[in-house]
Amino acid sequence: MDEPWKRSRGLDGFDWGFLGVICALVSIGVLTIASGTAGKAGQFPIYAKQAVWVGVGSLAFLAMSTIDYHKLAFASYLLYGLGLLLLVVVMFGGKSTRGAQRWIALGPVAMQPSEFVKIPLLLVLATYYATQPRHGWWYRVIVPGFIMLPGFFLILKQPDLGNSLSFLAIYVTLLLAVGVKSKTLGLVFLSALMMFPFVWGELWGSLHDYQKERIISFVDPGYDPGGKGYQALQSRIAVGSGELLGKGFHGNTQTQFKFLPDSHTDFIFAVYAEEWGFLGTVPLIGLFLALLLLGLDIAANAKDLLGTLLAVGVVGMMTFNMVVNIGMTIGLAPVVGIPLPLLSYGGSTTVMTMAALGLLLSVRKGRLTSWS
Amino acid sequence: MTDPGSSAIELGEVQRRLWLLKIGVVIVVGLLVLRLWQLQVRDGPHYQHLSQHNRTRSIVLHPARGLIYDRNGFLLANSVPSFNVYVELSDVRNRERLFQKLEDLLALDARELNKKILTHGRTRVKLKAGLSLREAAIVESHRLDLPGVVVHPEYQRNYPQGSSAAHVIGYIGEMSEEQLGQEKFHGLVQGSMIGQYGVERMYDRALRGQAGRKLIEVDALGHEKRTIFVEKPQAGNDVYLTLDFRLQKLAEDVLGDEAGAIVALDPQTGETLALASQPGFDPNALSHGLPVEEWNVLLQDPRHPLTNRAIQGQYPPGSIFKIIMAGAVLGTRAIDPTERIRCGGGFRFGKRTFRDWKANGHGNVDLHAAMMHSCDVYFYRLGHRLGIETIATHAKRFGLGQRTGVDLPSEVTGIVPSPEWKQQTQGEAWYPGETISVSIGQGFVTVTPLQMANVIAAVGNHGRVYTPHVVRGVRQREHGMIQEWNPARGHAVQLVQPQGLRRIRTALAAVVAEGTGRRARSSLVGIAGKTGTAQVVGLREKSEDDTPKKFRDHAWFVAYAPLARPRIAVAVLVEHMGQGGAVAAPLAKQLIEAYLSDPSNVERMAPSSSALHSRAWQEGEAVHG
Repeated sequence: MDEPWKRSRGLDGFDWGFLGVICALVSIGVLTIASGTAGKAGQFPIYAKQAVWVGVGSLAFLAMSTIDYHKLAFASYLLYGLGLLLLVVVMFGGKSTRGAQRWIALGPVAMQPSEFVKIPLLLVLATYYATQPRHGWWYRVIVPGFIMLPGFFLILKQPDLGNSLSFLAIYVTLLLAVGVKSKTLGLVFLSALMMFPFVWGELWGSLHDYQKERIISFVDPGYDPGGKGYQALQSRIAVGSGELLGKGFHGNTQTQFKFLPDSHTDFIFAVYAEEWGFLGTVPLIGLFLALLLLGLDIAANAKDLLGTLLAVGVVGMMTFNMVVNIGMTIGLAPVVGIPLPLLSYGGSTTVMTMAALGLLLSVRKGRLTSWS
Repeated sequence: MTDPGSSAIELGEVQRRLWLLKIGVVIVVGLLVLRLWQLQVRDGPHYQHLSQHNRTRSIVLHPARGLIYDRNGFLLANSVPSFNVYVELSDVRNRERLFQKLEDLLALDARELNKKILTHGRTRVKLKAGLSLREAAIVESHRLDLPGVVVHPEYQRNYPQGSSAAHVIGYIGEMSEEQLGQEKFHGLVQGSMIGQYGVERMYDRALRGQAGRKLIEVDALGHEKRTIFVEKPQAGNDVYLTLDFRLQKLAEDVLGDEAGAIVALDPQTGETLALASQPGFDPNALSHGLPVEEWNVLLQDPRHPLTNRAIQGQYPPGSIFKIIMAGAVLGTRAIDPTERIRCGGGFRFGKRTFRDWKANGHGNVDLHAAMMHSCDVYFYRLGHRLGIETIATHAKRFGLGQRTGVDLPSEVTGIVPSPEWKQQTQGEAWYPGETISVSIGQGFVTVTPLQMANVIAAVGNHGRVYTPHVVRGVRQREHGMIQEWNPARGHAVQLVQPQGLRRIRTALAAVVAEGTGRRARSSLVGIAGKTGTAQVVGLREKSEDDTPKKFRDHAWFVAYAPLARPRIAVAVLVEHMGQGGAVAAPLAKQLIEAYLSDPSNVERMAPSSSALHSRAWQEGEAVHG
């Protein structure tokens, strides 16, 4: 406070802590992927690929943290439009895997636009709220809702339930942050309730059979037509059998013996929990909590509304992804297919998450400089 | 700001409200930790127990591959039930002891087993396929001594006709590590059997079907106690070939033990009626997983049984190339086909004399007579006049030097040499003398039997060249309808001179009626053809009998019949058997007679759309002329 110009030269303790937490999380991710995919044949091991993605993600982090977020906000509508365009491209020319059309092939790698488009959405909504007062429920709730919905439906249609929900989560987080009168909130809730019977058919119909089964088997574990509860059960067994101390690195019988599918992507937490036990999972969750609280701290000290909203949005998105992913792994949420930020294998999710964290750092640095 | 009553978004207020979010995050994270405590600490021992006795297994149910039939519905490939023995590694306590036991009971090599398991890196490993009933009974009766070992009934590919048509049908094999990563095999589980050769490979997607899955609960020894869930596999679609198996078998029989190839096409459609390549192999043995030693024996066999000579054998065409030469003559306006050229048994070019096969020559011959008697000197002279570029252009027009596009893997192109080609591949300039060799189908020029069958079919069919194919259609399992996959596609070769192709046809009919191809003359049907004798080594002086077999000439014969509207075109190549007229021509005749005397083939003669097509082409040619 007293000598801000000195601090702006480099990184202070807070920044180092922030970076340290991120480093710890991605390292845990690469190690756990290595352990979870041991024995899988391939020319290039999956954990090494993930390490490459972390490298790419670090560049994205660096780029986002050095760029002035006001400039990003300035281009936000354009970026969001481009993002929606990419989603349309995926719809028609995308690469499909396991019945979902989510990827665009870029030479040897495939990009998942539904991950990346979350950042433009965040920019657009934050810019929207920060530029004008936005009185009344029409401007406060409905208009931004219409900004968010096209992306939401395009992603849902792929189908990618997880990412479309995380899209929704960004919107809801910002809505809560800017504040909605309880009367407005009640009205939205009521109208949503009234719309439900009409929208439900469309929404439910747009889901793939396996998604429906996952949700039903969560609500009613006895109903198990495709053995989908099997995945949830095996994941609970993996986590639970870690007990207090865990089975040790590479000691994961559940995941090694392939009882648990997708062990290096959506169920990475189960692999970790089986290996390190309760004494491992609590610190891991502690790291996540630290990251989120540091993020909220950045939001609380941001210089302007735009910065605050951006930071809150990133935190909201991370919280949602983390809680739903771990929740589904330990049987608190339905299996919707959301990767665990920074830990799950995946190029798009890793790069996007690190870019979003870079945005947080940009907001933090912005508090010391004065913008015209 | 100015109006405290307004609901404008204020930075300070928003930031003050963040402590609520902070509390929310802490509460949610607290819930996660609470739940983790519940799972890992309170109920930990329970889950530990469950994990140690994880008694559910997910088993892949491999689908039955589609059937393969010939054009008349004669069965060429099916799937029969067989017993495979697997080991579930997570149920094995003592590997050494288990392998020892398996060695004693099933004569499986323990070291081999260890290697297999290490290379696979999965928990369920196939130890042996195609167990006999006795072996299956042995395993079942020793199940207490063999924890984790299960006998699983699965389909095994079966080729009831043995090595017949093996090069066309192909064989299957377990998906390799390399194939596992490929896009076209996406969604297949490790251990899937896929087509590795022939139609099995080209039409794998249609034939393979969709794997199913079974979730079972097992007892302490890994044996199935209860089925939790079954997702049935879906059998693959059936494929109908264009082959007529009777003709195919005849083609293989007439070749006998000699190495060679016979291709028979329907000139009106490009359908392959027979595509034989000898020697062959047994696709049953290959599909059931051949031991490495036996593989090496096959690969190193000097007779190359795995090569499909009809599409992968590149041979000098010898005198059957004169068909192309005639096409080149008639494809330019420079030369009058009725011009008589003197053949005195040799053609002196520079310091070298190119000999005619007939030492004292054929006298004065025009194009017709030169074709009929296969006069070399006539074509030496014309080749010299036309030049290599013109020859190459016409050879390419007839489809040489490029793949025919047949729906079989690994087809080769053959070579149509040109100065440019030579410069690129050998880095040398073209010698004019090389043009003289090419004029009678020697030198650098090479062709495949299928290409030549396609050439002769085109000549017989008014210049219409079709893409040859071996699959007629696919019967979809879902609705039983046969989907035609290969409607005739092609282009026409047109020659500049009026009546160009007709002249060639007349000459080819004369070859069989009174020329070098007399041994193909049939009392049943008019046949047109051309003989060829392809030299394996350069010109030599010794008589044929003194030459070791591997240096002897290849015998060629290409033909079509009937003369007016051909229904079959044949190319015969017999390796190292000498003169085409003596060796190959009678074989072609046998095939043509057998095919055309079969009443079931005559029925197919009823006017069809393809007949109309060919009329149209005939007229097209006339207009062009």
